[in-house]
Amino acid sequence: MYKYIVKRLLLMIPTLFGAALLVFLLLRAIPGDVCEIRLAGTGLYADPAEIELCRENLGLNKPLILGLDTQFTDFVGGYLTFDLGDSMWTGRPITYEIGLRFKLSMQMAIMATVVAVAFAIPLGIISAVKQDTWIDYAVRTFSIAGIAIPSFWLGIMIILGLLIFTQAWFGEPWMPPIEYVSPFDDLGANLSQLIWPAVATGYRYSAVATRMTRSAMLEVLREDYVRTARAKGLMEKVIINQHALKNALLPVVTIIAIEFAFLIGGLVVTEQVFNLNGLGKLFVESVGAQDFALTQQLVMLVVLVFVFTNLAVDIFYAWLDPRIRYS
Amino acid sequence: MSTPQIYIQADDLVEEHKPWWVTLWDLCKRQPLGAGGALVVIGMVLMAIFAEYISPYDPEVNAFEHMLEAPNADFWFGTDQFGRDILTRLIYGARTALFVGFTCAFVGAFGGLVLGVASAYFGGKFDLIVQRIMDVFMAFPLIILALAVVATLGTGVENVIIAITIPFIPQCARVVRSSALSIREIPYVDAARACGFSDARIILRHMTPNVMAPFLIMLSTFVGQAILLEASLSYLGLGVQEPTAAWGLMLQGGAEEYAESAPWVAIFPGVAISLAVFGFNLFGDALRDLLDPKLRNR
Amino acid sequence: MRRSSPKLTTAVLFGCALALGVAGQASAATPKRGGILNFVVGSKIPSYDLHKETTFGVIHPIAPFYSLLIRINPENPQSATDFVCDLCEGDVPKPTNGGKTFTFKIQKGVKFHNGTPLTAKDIKATYDRIIFPPEGVPSARKAFFKMVKSVEAPDDYTFVVNLSFPSGAFIPALATPFNIVYSKAILDKHGVGWYAKNIMGSGPFVFVEHQPGSFVSGKRYDNYHHKGQPYLDGYKAISAPKMAVRLNAIRGDRAAIEFRGFPPKARDDLVKALGDKITVQESDWNCNLLLVPNHQVKPFDDVRVRQALILAVDRWGGSKYLSKIAIVKTVGGVVFPNHPLAATKSELEKLHGYNPDINASRALAKKLLAEAGQSNLSFEFHNRGVDQPYKVVGTWLIDQWAKIGLKVTQRVQPSPQFYATLRKKKDFDVSMGFNCQSVINPIADVTKFLGSAGNNYGSYEDVELEQIYDKLLRSGDEAEQRVLMRQYEKRALHDQAHMGVTLWWYKINPHRSYVKGWKIAPSHYLNQQLDNVWLDK
Repeated sequence: MYKYIVKRLLLMIPTLFGAALLVFLLLRAIPGDVCEIRLAGTGLYADPAEIELCRENLGLNKPLILGLDTQFTDFVGGYLTFDLGDSMWTGRPITYEIGLRFKLSMQMAIMATVVAVAFAIPLGIISAVKQDTWIDYAVRTFSIAGIAIPSFWLGIMIILGLLIFTQAWFGEPWMPPIEYVSPFDDLGANLSQLIWPAVATGYRYSAVATRMTRSAMLEVLREDYVRTARAKGLMEKVIINQHALKNALLPVVTIIAIEFAFLIGGLVVTEQVFNLNGLGKLFVESVGAQDFALTQQLVMLVVLVFVFTNLAVDIFYAWLDPRIRYS
Repeated sequence: MSTPQIYIQADDLVEEHKPWWVTLWDLCKRQPLGAGGALVVIGMVLMAIFAEYISPYDPEVNAFEHMLEAPNADFWFGTDQFGRDILTRLIYGARTALFVGFTCAFVGAFGGLVLGVASAYFGGKFDLIVQRIMDVFMAFPLIILALAVVATLGTGVENVIIAITIPFIPQCARVVRSSALSIREIPYVDAARACGFSDARIILRHMTPNVMAPFLIMLSTFVGQAILLEASLSYLGLGVQEPTAAWGLMLQGGAEEYAESAPWVAIFPGVAISLAVFGFNLFGDALRDLLDPKLRNR
Repeated sequence: MRRSSPKLTTAVLFGCALALGVAGQASAATPKRGGILNFVVGSKIPSYDLHKETTFGVIHPIAPFYSLLIRINPENPQSATDFVCDLCEGDVPKPTNGGKTFTFKIQKGVKFHNGTPLTAKDIKATYDRIIFPPEGVPSARKAFFKMVKSVEAPDDYTFVVNLSFPSGAFIPALATPFNIVYSKAILDKHGVGWYAKNIMGSGPFVFVEHQPGSFVSGKRYDNYHHKGQPYLDGYKAISAPKMAVRLNAIRGDRAAIEFRGFPPKARDDLVKALGDKITVQESDWNCNLLLVPNHQVKPFDDVRVRQALILAVDRWGGSKYLSKIAIVKTVGGVVFPNHPLAATKSELEKLHGYNPDINASRALAKKLLAEAGQSNLSFEFHNRGVDQPYKVVGTWLIDQWAKIGLKVTQRVQPSPQFYATLRKKKDFDVSMGFNCQSVINPIADVTKFLGSAGNNYGSYEDVELEQIYDKLLRSGDEAEQRVLMRQYEKRALHDQAHMGVTLWWYKINPHRSYVKGWKIAPSHYLNQQLDNVWLDK
């Protein structure tokens, strides 16, 4: 078992390195840089000497990759010294910038996953058990609607709906708060802001999980041991809950874990619509400002979360199914 | 002791040849949702092909005298802020949507197919390296990729396609690879090798046909995904640009500013996108149900 | 949803009509003290140093922490000539010495937020930094002060500016809201970079907190030198990049006001939903959109092609419709509309593209194109990836050019790449351009049309134009300035068709009616210190 884990950990390294190289090169392929945007970003005239000075200070004139003191070593070397550097746009430490938004993104991810699971598991089971009946069709339609409707449109409709309905019922239009408050400071305000994007996002992610639950349940329900249980005369409910569900949940848990990984930093559009100060918004801003340092670290964070989640899932599978360990 | 006599009717042995439309109808009955999806897809394709003949107006000419008219007899779906007929722009938008959707889906799925099968077949170092590269692209946030592509190459249909196709390839490769892995060890592939067939031939003629099922499913899912991604990129300002008619663009322009005063500007493109994604997904679902032997019905 | 009765609609329209346009008498009631003003800002804060930055994303949250030497009158911001003292005493002084020396008396007893006294020496240090920055220090508005020879502080309460030549462009430049006054002691001790990351001024509000990406908050400065002000206890500037969020925030009373402006339909939605709980202030905006042909790319080096591009555009008709869906409205020339130096309607109509008979203009355009051999010209229009008003006007322009047979596609880039293309790469055929300034200063503002200007991207040289401008800059007589301005305008827009003015922007600020005291200025940079704002709650 340990050999498997070690092997997978070692395999992570080239992935991380590849991601670092990719984001490094990709960002520098974009014309312009943060100094130009700072000083000449609104179209007013800027002295080229000033732009040069800014570049010097940020280390943007160093050679790219080849050599010992390059921009790439600045980037990667930071991991060895545990110093992730400063944002090129604000000058503040990157750990501070990311830390501010991380709490919100994490809370959103958790809430959205809870909503997704709450939808997906019961709906998927019902759909599988009642396969090809109108209940099955209704559930499948409902869940596909979750992915078919563009997320930003859904978000805009939710906010507009809230404004219009609260005005119709209570006389004053009500909108969710537009600033983030920590749940430990004011749980009510925190939830009243985050419940709406959580539901919008959760509904979307539940679609994938519902279909996975459905097909996993369908497979399991055809297994021989389920047939045996039926032949033994066990009640259908007992069969589903005690025998089928446990085995069906395996691929479902996989999907949920992977979707969760995507939720960190992946909610770019949702955060724009609901004005959430999360990692997705930071992403868009830092790419727009061509803040290489911040964008690189953000991408590495997202990649790391993704890779680790995959690793956790793979280890989980290997622990459950010994055959995988030895392949 | 007499052996039991089993009598078989001769015509039971002959397989019934049903005409193709009966088979089709049977399929539709078995998968009504999928049939509905297929109808949507076919409808869209026809709309896109015959756009010039069925559209009542020009999709790009401004006609300010008619700006923001609610749906009426002249303009069935109303007009947008430039006075352009929304129905016409929806029809032409199908062309853009399908162009983006199909191109991204085909290129992405084929790329994934080739890489997935080759990776499974060759195994070893090749597999390892390809898998790592795929991992990198899968973990990489799509938005960053799209932002970078657009910032470097500019906006416009071709660059949107590039930005959307890139994450599709590893997704498909992964699925195809796990499917291909399971048949790599099947005796008839070994037999083919023993016969001395070249690698390319084995990959193309023996392994690929057997991963068609997951490939086709990924293909149909990708079309829907690509259409949605184009809409999201348009919302962020990175997609197709005016005055081209494209659903994502129409939605973005209408949703924010006219959501209340002229809701038809955003509703119809939104419905079009949802319907298209619905159609392709249902179709893909039905395809999977049909092609996956384990899920076949009683 | 409330059904709007005719009475309500009339009342709303009447109320709007009253609030529209001029910053006349917003209210004669006595200001109430107290309350926190929440407002939304759509842009990011790069740094706190207003001498370096150019975006309103910094002005709106940060300007209230600082003071200016002189500023436009917060009670009359629509006027282009009504400047009042902020830190100086009395009225804005008239120049002496043939118009070349300005002597300002500084108020006594003004203190910075850290308790140190503010004197003329701080003002001199500030303007030294703006006009004569040390090597390596950026200053975004140095070019506005070309006429300044030196600044001095002979004693603690006297500030003197010496010009090389008299110029009508000096006082407006001085009132630019970016020229916030820094403490000399801090500049000396910590260097010029300190103010980029720290805030310490003498303005009506004291800095409390900045949560990056979220908000900036300030509280009342009790020792503010305008006694009795500010009325507000404090304010919070909340970050909201999407227009829909800002609009809904006002609707849901998460914010009371937004200072940049909304498109017309957004205003209509708010008014329809909230009736008289919303007050709308509107005015012309010191911003316009230009079409900029790249003179280095054939066939735009041919003046006939450039003239055709300008002639094809129906400005009068476009204004009528575009003002319903975009933040543009007034048809004008190179000078801010209705300014004394601006062209009258009959003067405008003589220029290419301003003829009320659009068919005649377009016929002339087609003729010019045929002469130049470019009847089937097709090119790419380069535009900025911002909806209001860039992309809307871009879509309209393309349609206008289609009407003279040109096939134009649009190439849109996000803002940073858009500017990089304009400034550096210059690989465009025709681009959208703009001329946005803060204080209305026509003599300085029209430098945009000079080929030599740092912010001119058309890549051309026009010596005659430069000569006309030089005369204009040094002219002291208003009548003469007007004549020269007409010459300048005719050459830039008509004879040589270097750039075309499409439409001037229009500022629409709907806000919650309980916000009083804030009067709309013709620029989103002006009048943002918030010291005369109060809440009627």
